[in-house]
Amino acid sequence: MRFLRYLLMASTLYSAQASAECLTRGTGDMGIVIERAAGSLQVIDRTTHQSLFRVEGLGDLSHASAVYSRDERYAYVFGRDGGLTKVDILCGKITHRVVQGGNSIGGAISQDGSLIAVSNYEPGGVKIFSSKDLSLIADIPATPVNSEKRSKTVGLVDAPDQRFVFSLYDTGETWIVDMTDPANPQIQKNLNVGALPYDGLITKDGRYYIAGLFGQDGLALLDLWHPEKGTRLILKDYGKGEKKLPVYKMPHLEGWAMAGNRAFLPGVGHHQVLVVERGDWKPVGKIPVHGQPVFVMARPDGRQIWVNFAFPDNDTIQVIDTETLNVIKTFKPGKGALHMEFAPRGEEVWISIRDKDEVQVYDTRSLELIHSLPVDKPSGIFFTSRAHTTGL
Amino acid sequence: MTNTVFLITAALLALGVCTATAAEIHPQRQAELFYLLKHDCGSCHGMRLEGGLGPALTAKRLAPYGSEFLALTIIQGRPGTPMPPWRPFITEQEALWLAGQLKQGVNQ
Repeated sequence: MRFLRYLLMASTLYSAQASAECLTRGTGDMGIVIERAAGSLQVIDRTTHQSLFRVEGLGDLSHASAVYSRDERYAYVFGRDGGLTKVDILCGKITHRVVQGGNSIGGAISQDGSLIAVSNYEPGGVKIFSSKDLSLIADIPATPVNSEKRSKTVGLVDAPDQRFVFSLYDTGETWIVDMTDPANPQIQKNLNVGALPYDGLITKDGRYYIAGLFGQDGLALLDLWHPEKGTRLILKDYGKGEKKLPVYKMPHLEGWAMAGNRAFLPGVGHHQVLVVERGDWKPVGKIPVHGQPVFVMARPDGRQIWVNFAFPDNDTIQVIDTETLNVIKTFKPGKGALHMEFAPRGEEVWISIRDKDEVQVYDTRSLELIHSLPVDKPSGIFFTSRAHTTGL
Repeated sequence: MTNTVFLITAALLALGVCTATAAEIHPQRQAELFYLLKHDCGSCHGMRLEGGLGPALTAKRLAPYGSEFLALTIIQGRPGTPMPPWRPFITEQEALWLAGQLKQGVNQ
């Protein structure tokens, strides 16, 4: 059945593409879009809004993310089934693939580009691989939860000084791993950071790591200039006196929605975007929005925040003006608006619309739809410009 | 655990929630429920139901639990965990049908 579907897709949508030949061009305006149901991805051209290749055989991509080599030629794709796949986007083919765990959530590339770290739910921990050939460099098991299981790991990011930072969901910890000597990873464990950290992010300058907490209000903040001080809880009263709603999809903390000195974060279990002042980390306000935010993302110039939402509100996108903190546009691009990716200079945002099998491209100035591409059950969109951004 | 399952099953029976057959759920609604299971339940349990932040929902993993207990979990959620109550979107009858499907194994 799946094979037939591939054949159909291949013959109808992509017949014009030559497959075996590699492109001779720069990759700076390229990217990939994950096809979550088919376990494939499309390599796209940002300028022409076209698909260049379709790459299949990446396993279960129902929750997938990707990072890029520093030369922007290779995408490392992290699949749900523990698959780690290195894809040559100029040739549209897989160069290396390992199934390194049973169940994974994401990964990161080291500051120097030599290491790929993967965050695993099963077996709980982080594994680190050579970015060249995906050979195993280090295995870092998480804290045991009982005799059979170790804590799931989440929110894995790269940090300056050849470090990785991640959090332990079940045991409420944040670990810093220094990979300066790959044979001897140095681990600093921060215990009791808060209940059930579900994801994490790092500021673009690589200084602050924040873990979002599912089990309590607030977020755990770590200053990587002063790791010896440990984490501190910020926004710990954000839901006080308000009923927490059931959460039908966990928010994602990705990148850093920052405008001026203000950061914008999803309120877990609330129809709110939280605003916090960087520095003293005091709450500035709460912006009421259409549903429970999943991604809260800043246009690269910080002028707008774009938000998508959890089921059953995942047919809606809202745009917030960062000066007035008002919602300036609400639109319904289709059910399953799963992910957004801004052009590095912010003139466009690409949005995956799962149930329409398309990626929509919006002009962020007019806020109008300008293009759409057919993509089979699209989810994550990753542009090559991520290669040069800490935490992406 | 066994006690809890027993008590909940007893409570459900007392409420008159017993069996639901496929015939009672319209094929179109069945398809919707499968889509919901794959894509929305799947955001925590994995699109192939092999687990994620939430546990796997394979027949093997669910074997120790009765359909009624699973249906109640779907409807009410599990307090203290991220599992939310799906009551606003799924009827008890549909939950029971879905639980039965899960126990048979729905992962193609």
